[in-house]
Amino acid sequence: MMGFLDRFLKTPNWGVHPEDHKRPAADVPLRLFPSPERIFMPLHQHVGGAARPIVMVGQKVLKGQLIAQAQGNISAPIHASVSGTISAVGEVTAPHPSGLPFKAITIDSDGENRWIDSEPLADPFSAAPEEITKRTAAAGVVGLGGATFPAAPKFALGKRLKVTTLIVNGGECEPYLSSDDRIMRDYPEMVIDGARLVMHAIGATQALVGIENNKPEAIAAMRQAAAAFPEIKICPLPALYPMGSDRQLIKVLTGIEVPSDARAAETGVLVHNVSTCAAVHKAIRLGQPLVERIITINGGAIAAPGNLYAPLGTMISDLFAFVGLKEAPSRLILGGPMMGTPLLHDRIPIVKGASGILAFNAAEAFVPEAGPCIRCGNCTKACPMGLLPLEMAARIRVGDLEGAEKFELQDCISCGCCAYVCPSHIPLVQYFSHAKGELTAAERSKLRTEATKRLVEAKTARIEREEREKLEAAARRKAERDAAKAAAAKAATPVAEQTQGASA
Amino acid sequence: MSQSYGMPVAAPHTTTTNSPTRIMSLVMLALAPATIYGFWLYGWPAIFLWVITIASAMLGEAFSLRLMNRHAAPILLDGSAILTGWLLAVSLPPWAPWWIGAFGGFFATMLGKQAFGGLGQNLFNPAMVARVALLISFPVQMTAWVAPLPLFSVGAPGILDGLLIILKGVPPALDAVTSATTLGFGKTELSRGITLLESMQHAPALSFIGSRPGSLGETAAWLILAGGVALMFLRIISWHIPLAMLAGIAIPAAILHAVDPARYLDMGSHLLSGGAMLGAFFIATDYVTSPNSPRGQLIFGFGCGLFTYIIRTWAGYPEGVAFAVLLMNATTPIIDTYFKPRIYGRDSKGKPLQTTN
Repeated sequence: MMGFLDRFLKTPNWGVHPEDHKRPAADVPLRLFPSPERIFMPLHQHVGGAARPIVMVGQKVLKGQLIAQAQGNISAPIHASVSGTISAVGEVTAPHPSGLPFKAITIDSDGENRWIDSEPLADPFSAAPEEITKRTAAAGVVGLGGATFPAAPKFALGKRLKVTTLIVNGGECEPYLSSDDRIMRDYPEMVIDGARLVMHAIGATQALVGIENNKPEAIAAMRQAAAAFPEIKICPLPALYPMGSDRQLIKVLTGIEVPSDARAAETGVLVHNVSTCAAVHKAIRLGQPLVERIITINGGAIAAPGNLYAPLGTMISDLFAFVGLKEAPSRLILGGPMMGTPLLHDRIPIVKGASGILAFNAAEAFVPEAGPCIRCGNCTKACPMGLLPLEMAARIRVGDLEGAEKFELQDCISCGCCAYVCPSHIPLVQYFSHAKGELTAAERSKLRTEATKRLVEAKTARIEREEREKLEAAARRKAERDAAKAAAAKAATPVAEQTQGASA
Repeated sequence: MSQSYGMPVAAPHTTTTNSPTRIMSLVMLALAPATIYGFWLYGWPAIFLWVITIASAMLGEAFSLRLMNRHAAPILLDGSAILTGWLLAVSLPPWAPWWIGAFGGFFATMLGKQAFGGLGQNLFNPAMVARVALLISFPVQMTAWVAPLPLFSVGAPGILDGLLIILKGVPPALDAVTSATTLGFGKTELSRGITLLESMQHAPALSFIGSRPGSLGETAAWLILAGGVALMFLRIISWHIPLAMLAGIAIPAAILHAVDPARYLDMGSHLLSGGAMLGAFFIATDYVTSPNSPRGQLIFGFGCGLFTYIIRTWAGYPEGVAFAVLLMNATTPIIDTYFKPRIYGRDSKGKPLQTTN
């Protein structure tokens, strides 16, 4: 009874329960994707500045060799994911709905997958935390949950803000995806060791690993791997979308609510994904940079759905050829169905943040037509941020973006719960993304106008000042001349005498 | 270049199977037992009135949509016009003439709903707008109650007689069946100086089962309650509005009855009378015209109940649910403005929380 009551009181009152579609794909053993003939490494696979290529066409590279350097404070380097020859440094199509070309390095594989010599850190726990951060940065590790924020700056931030708790995110609340599930089942030791390394890097004293209770195998494997480390606690979570969102996860695991204008680290917690932890383990213990990842290939159009261990930069079409297509996909999605990015075609390479590729059949891709809002309020009940999607959408529809902003539109995390539960199938997230974009653009143009105004004003002031100075100078000269003239006239004789006298 | 996968569509790429049609259908299903009980209780005239009212509501909706050059069929299929007509029908005197149902149905969907812009746009509950318009325009027909005369019982009108009653009015031979409601009877007697303590001994009996004079579908409290609870379990409605509305009636009724039982009716009679139950579970809970935050819903519901009690007790009409709901509908935008849910990471005033670390 108490357990029931406890669960009743602790179950969050937000979120949605979409059908998870994780199995059977999650239960299929991990398959190793054979090295592709050619890979395409985009230079911008992370939040922040794009990497700068440091290789030439025709150059031979080894697997794990640095091919593009990080640029700026927030950036990540890119490494070769196969051994072979650089065949191009130029534009390919980016994994983005625009389908626009993006800078990438193309490598023709020699099929040998020869790794570059690695130098693992011998005893990381006696090394300085900064050493872990430095090596993580050099390995190009970014947040693998999908946000792709470079891991090293986050470590530094955690260290600076004296974070005490590391939250390891194994929620994986997005339907269809199981790459995190798979890494926890197959490599729990790597995840746990990675988590300990991250704790060391940021100075945290405990780690909470949140795993949704729809992954019992992962929970069991992780419990076993973490048994020797009392500072690491495995916490099963109710399966509820968006449990994997950092603010929601922090609240559920620690009870801390991150203030709307603060970063999570400011409240003493830092969230890292399980796959990110495993990547840190590889970077420190094996000296391997981030060049491969587990990716879920799922959806009704896939013949043999499951998880693949594939080099970054592999074309999606190559992955499809490997798992087979039952039919031509009606929709292609990078990431999960709730927040994923639609792709226009499959000639796109996978990147560090690609947790899954979904190929939907016609039934899955069906989009019901949007109807009028009946104010049922299901969106407000589902919103994990406590916003009022229906009120914001009503204002955005009539172009009142400032009105929508008053409902704290900027707090929206675009999780898609509102649009998912809407019985009228109103594309609410699209409304909000549109409004946020417009507001950002308006803000930017306002800043630009202000800057221009300041410059114009400064120029006007300068010209006025120069004119004034010119006039003043002219007046002064005139006055001097006049004075000299007057003096000369006044003292026509005596002054002349004086002058004569003086000169004599 | 391999095949292209069409237009980019914004996330989420999956959606609920819920729809307005499903919601409206479930509400109608929950309303069906009480309605069928009403059919049984008041016989064929009630069935015909129900059909006429719903048909008129749908016709009114279709006509308005045609005026706007829109296709009527898909919008009629969402079920909202049927539900509006249904709710109006169950709030009418069961033997009201056909034109009451027809006028009410047209009024509800054309002026109460489509004039505002259709589903989701109306400020007031369309069924209650129509009911109040009818009550003010045709007070005699709208307060002509009949005593229960169940289907197939002795003296109950058959199909043909039932149709004639609706089309031509109640024949003199059946005049004996006209009756008064508890609320109406009590109020009339009070105005004649007879206290409730005396008058209630002769008042028409109230019952939880529902065998009493009243509107077509409002008498069977237990069936309405069952339907309402079913809707709560299906998460179509939440408990806030119904409970708050019943509390809004019950609390003042209990207090004032305890103070002066000769002047004020008891709590049970208030809850089982008129449209209190129907209003609490099926009318005040209308999505479009009620607030959408839980706190706002509590205030809205309590207001509906309190106004109902005030109108019943001190105003000119014996029943006040329809007026009370319309009054509170008018306050919905204000309630929505002042009672918003707290946002994650912000205090109740919308200011960011203080950083703890």
